[in-house]
Amino acid sequence: MARPGPGSAPARSAAAEPPSPMESTEPEPSGSRPEEEEEEEEEEEEEEEEDESILSPPEQPLAAMEDCLAKKMEITVSEAEKRTGRNAMNIQETYTAYLIETRAVESQSEGQCAPVESLWRRYSEFELLRNYLSVTYPHIVVPPLPEKRADFVWHKLSADNMDPDFVERRRIGLENFLLRVASHPVLCQDKIFYAFLMQEGGWKEMVNETGFQLKADSRLKALNATFRVKNPDKRFTELKHYSDELQSVISHLLRVRARVADRLYGVYKVHGNYGRVFSEWSAIEKEMGDGLQSAGHHMDVYAASIDDILEEEEHYADQLKEYLFYAEALRAVCRKHELMQYDLEMAAQDLTSKKQQCEELATGTVRTFSLKGMTSKLFGQETPEQREAKIKVLEEQIQEGEEQLKSKNLEGRDFVKSAWADIERFKEQKNHDLKEALISYAVMQISMCKKGIQVWTNAKECFSKM
Amino acid sequence: MPHPLATSSSEEMGPALTPSPDLLLPRSIADKDLSLPNGTPVDTSSPASSSSLLNRLQLDDDLDVETRDLFVTVDDPKKHVCTMETYITYRVTTKTTRAEFDLPEYSVRRRYQDFDWLRNKLEESQPTHLIPPLPEKFVVKGVVDRFSEEFVETRRKALDKFLKRITDHPVLSFNEHFNIFLTAKDLNAYKKQGMALLSKMGESVKYVTGGYKLRSRPLEFAAIGDYLDTFSLKLGTIDRIAQRIIKEQLEYLVELREYGPVYSTWGGLEVELSEPLEGVSACIGNCCTALEELSEDMTEDFLPVLREYILYAESMKNVLKKRDQVQAEYEAKLEAVVLKREDRPKVPADVEKCQDRVECFNADLKADMERWQNNKRQDFRQLLMGMADKNIQYYEKCLTAWESIIPLLQDKPETK
Repeated sequence: MARPGPGSAPARSAAAEPPSPMESTEPEPSGSRPEEEEEEEEEEEEEEEEDESILSPPEQPLAAMEDCLAKKMEITVSEAEKRTGRNAMNIQETYTAYLIETRAVESQSEGQCAPVESLWRRYSEFELLRNYLSVTYPHIVVPPLPEKRADFVWHKLSADNMDPDFVERRRIGLENFLLRVASHPVLCQDKIFYAFLMQEGGWKEMVNETGFQLKADSRLKALNATFRVKNPDKRFTELKHYSDELQSVISHLLRVRARVADRLYGVYKVHGNYGRVFSEWSAIEKEMGDGLQSAGHHMDVYAASIDDILEEEEHYADQLKEYLFYAEALRAVCRKHELMQYDLEMAAQDLTSKKQQCEELATGTVRTFSLKGMTSKLFGQETPEQREAKIKVLEEQIQEGEEQLKSKNLEGRDFVKSAWADIERFKEQKNHDLKEALISYAVMQISMCKKGIQVWTNAKECFSKM
Repeated sequence: MPHPLATSSSEEMGPALTPSPDLLLPRSIADKDLSLPNGTPVDTSSPASSSSLLNRLQLDDDLDVETRDLFVTVDDPKKHVCTMETYITYRVTTKTTRAEFDLPEYSVRRRYQDFDWLRNKLEESQPTHLIPPLPEKFVVKGVVDRFSEEFVETRRKALDKFLKRITDHPVLSFNEHFNIFLTAKDLNAYKKQGMALLSKMGESVKYVTGGYKLRSRPLEFAAIGDYLDTFSLKLGTIDRIAQRIIKEQLEYLVELREYGPVYSTWGGLEVELSEPLEGVSACIGNCCTALEELSEDMTEDFLPVLREYILYAESMKNVLKKRDQVQAEYEAKLEAVVLKREDRPKVPADVEKCQDRVECFNADLKADMERWQNNKRQDFRQLLMGMADKNIQYYEKCLTAWESIIPLLQDKPETK
């Protein structure tokens, strides 16, 4: 299973979260809440204040890596359990719950084992956590979750969500997800993530109270931005192109691999028929009998060996799948950048048009045909007072717009900077992980070849005695 | 492989005491057959009789090469395009020291039809012997290009094997028709002669061999019959399995051929991973080549031998049936005699002749069966070991390919 690349987090990653461009629209949380959550909320607000104070985050020292949660805590998803319950609509449903166990790693001097904390989470809660993370940290390539439904399976593999093998693979995938978040220099410091690991009750409410959903951009808006943005950042365009290609090549690879597995399974299993027929044949032979009989046994062994081989190979497929989903996370960052760029361009455009209006009013010339121009021609000019007032309002708006543009520009630059830092970190992680995955795949193939040689050598030995 | 120990006794009696099939032969040939076992080199190998049969089997072919005096090979297939038909001829080369041949070396061209003619002639003239099978006239599976290189080569091998088996047989190798087949410039002249004879005699041959039904086979032959039934059945299954494996392998190959290049495409997207991914792609390519070789070897070497033995078992069954008929004829005649002349104990000459024929047939058949069993054991040992070897080679090639890319994947030190 893929481990998060340990050394792949670059030191320059900002520890603090830069303000989201949509933050100003976030409504203040209201209403009475349980005390402990209030505390949590306060901390969040503090963080936000901090964020504002450091618009361009200073480069953090190497400490970021040492600070990450994965170093301070052991995290495992140790168990999966099938449960039945009633959902919000009061409809009976079956789901799988996963046991998350955490244990603080004590400093070496103390040498004592901290107690293990454990709690249950279901897949939908992991989904909520990831949603929250990706909305809250738009500049970060947020680790993906393992697939909800088994995909790219070959025929022997069950696509059933409750299939024990699938549940087991998902358990490993979820653990991997938590480890990746915990070792991420920025994400590991998130309070909600920490609470996800430590606090079973009230967590969902806590997430919802962050109001992250309001920050989420609608797909439509994103689509709009894609088509209308005028000056896209070349680096992000390339990255987006790369993630598209990566996604398509990995999904192609996974599809073909599933078919390859199917066929390989066939080749091995058909050899199993030799086992049976050699044994039947041996019954009528004198000198050849023993050799045939035992060679038949080796053919049975050969046919059976493919099950383990392909099961092991499924881990490789899971590693590839993680990167298939990572491609989507990468694209989300690009999409966010596009959106910000679009916002910026819209604001600039608005400002330009306001400036033009102001100029028109001040000089009395109408450069372009407009309804206003028509009405003024038809109904006579406005009074100078009215005009003055309008100009004043416009000038105020222009000033406001200019400030907004400035802050959006800053925001954008900041986004690009931190996003690019995380993308660099991601690239290193990706290169490291995939190389490891390829090595383990090659090792698997080598062991399969060795097994094959062994079985056929044994069979040959039997044949030679005939 | 000749086994004079097992067959010499029956050989000596064989041709002499089986009059009816020899009707088709010119008298001189039949006489020649009679004198056969004495001066022939087959007998010179008898010093080996001190060693057991098993030991002989385990000896290398060297010994046989020394004692062999007849070598036949089939090679150099040629396509002939005439106005009427298109066909393939094969060169049949003979090298011999046998006195029956005027020259030490012959080279003739024969087509499938000629082999077929030879086999029919052998069956007619040596009904008590097991005649090796010819490859099927047409390939059963699908429409195969009869003139494709693979088909011609597979057939050439099978025809070569057919002649080698006859050459190795202590009786069949001295058959006059075989001699004609190997040496005659114009085989068609002999063919026509044969046809004329057959049309005259054909009816009587049928009459002689048919019409009687055996009540029960002697245990020993019943056992052979049962063995052959099971053997053909199992071999048929093995043939189907082998074909299925080849089919699965080819489908696997198709997918594998698509699989490798995807890594290459991916490599094109990457910077640091480019080399490892290209490496994996090339490695899968090598595995494809190895797999292709494996299934080619299995198609060309494994399947034809299986087919030959399936047909061989059928030939054997036919001989067994013929034996039954001869025995049935004898029993029927004996019964008739017993019913008619209970008082007279003397058995008429033709019934006695019949009894001789049965005994002779039994002896020939048993000897051929034993020879066949030994051949079969050797052939299958070789065949199955070959199959294992091919698979081992395949895996070794793949192993080398995968091992060679490990350094490529590890080469660049990790960034941290």
